[in-house]
Amino acid sequence: MAGAKEIRTKIASIKNTQKITSAMEMVAAAKMRKAQDRMLSTRPYAEKMKRVIGHLYHAHPEYRHSFMVEREVKRVGYIVVSSDRGLCGGLNSNLFRKLVKDIKGQQEAGVQVQFCVIGNKALGFFKRFGGKVMAEATHLGDAAHIEDLIGPVKVMLDAYENGELDHINIAYNSFVNTMTQEPTVEQLVPIAGESNEELKHHWDYIYEPDSKDVLSGLLTRYIESLAYQAVVENGACEQSARMVAMKSATDNAGDLIDELQLVYNKARQAAITQEISEIVGGAAAV
Amino acid sequence: MSMKIHVDIVSAEGQIHSGQAEMVYAPAVMGEVGIAPRHTPLVTHLKPGDVRVDPGDGKPIEHYFVSGGILEVQPHVVTVLADTAVRASDLDEAAALDAKRRAEDALAGKQAEFEYAKAQAELAEAVAQLRAIEKLRKIKKG
Repeated sequence: MAGAKEIRTKIASIKNTQKITSAMEMVAAAKMRKAQDRMLSTRPYAEKMKRVIGHLYHAHPEYRHSFMVEREVKRVGYIVVSSDRGLCGGLNSNLFRKLVKDIKGQQEAGVQVQFCVIGNKALGFFKRFGGKVMAEATHLGDAAHIEDLIGPVKVMLDAYENGELDHINIAYNSFVNTMTQEPTVEQLVPIAGESNEELKHHWDYIYEPDSKDVLSGLLTRYIESLAYQAVVENGACEQSARMVAMKSATDNAGDLIDELQLVYNKARQAAITQEISEIVGGAAAV
Repeated sequence: MSMKIHVDIVSAEGQIHSGQAEMVYAPAVMGEVGIAPRHTPLVTHLKPGDVRVDPGDGKPIEHYFVSGGILEVQPHVVTVLADTAVRASDLDEAAALDAKRRAEDALAGKQAEFEYAKAQAELAEAVAQLRAIEKLRKIKKG
């Protein structure tokens, strides 16, 4: 019965794992709802901000801010948004794979790359992968606040203004639906505007106190809000990816238990049969 | 019917107000401004204070506190982009320095929280292994 005992312990340990994964699945499901609500509640700000920036793109100020001017790209900065924790399927690795491909393309064109990481997993990745990390923000928790991002984003924007960077991209998982997360690399700076026919005539704002001050404040906030949205969206992706991953882990554990149970029953029955045949054999010999 | 202007007040973490109004008052850095419909385009910083929205038609004036932000005026739309955080250039600077320092610390392998968490996980695993070995020994003896 030694084999049977081993199988029984194995089943018990898989059952424990299954309990953990199913609990994690339920926690992730509850957090996912909250994360999605949070994602939706950031939309109005982003939309209004985009509208204002769209207007601004068509204004004709005497001063053109450097965030809106394209220049020759020699150095690119990436803001990489990842989760703090693992056990969420291929969420982070898919993003990093896409990012590495993008970086390879840049490096082949002779462009230098630098990084700003958000989330523990990205920090761990760049430790292994190498590359210059300029700033980091980790342990943002489930409800990230925009205050947590001011610092890292400012490091990147300062580098852009000093000419240390010519282009800033942001990499994150965009939320399509619960089952699908799309790793995305987007251009952040210089700001790409959309054209709007209605505003084609010559006009400009009144700026208070002056255009330079107001524009840099406005554009900085715009970029921060984009980064914040990326973080919030990535958070919703994390929870839904974890929920799906944990659900499949729970299912797999169930399958494994069924299989082992079958093997266990067979082993038990074989042992009993052997015992009976031994007894019968013994009785016949007497 | 009197003329109205559309007012949106939003912060990064949610929508605060959206609707029509006859008049909007906001605490701009150069002094309070009152915006009536068909105001000329204007962008300005806001300082912490009260944004008042007068919906007209005898309805009461609505008050919203903002801790700063940006006000944009188009002839028919007023947008208040409120800050959730208290902003000042030296505070921003400190946050930036902090983010840089953390990155350096983490990469230099100092006792950042990241290292700690990893070490803790490894320790837990090692303890579990030892316990398993001990159990095996007992079984063999017994």
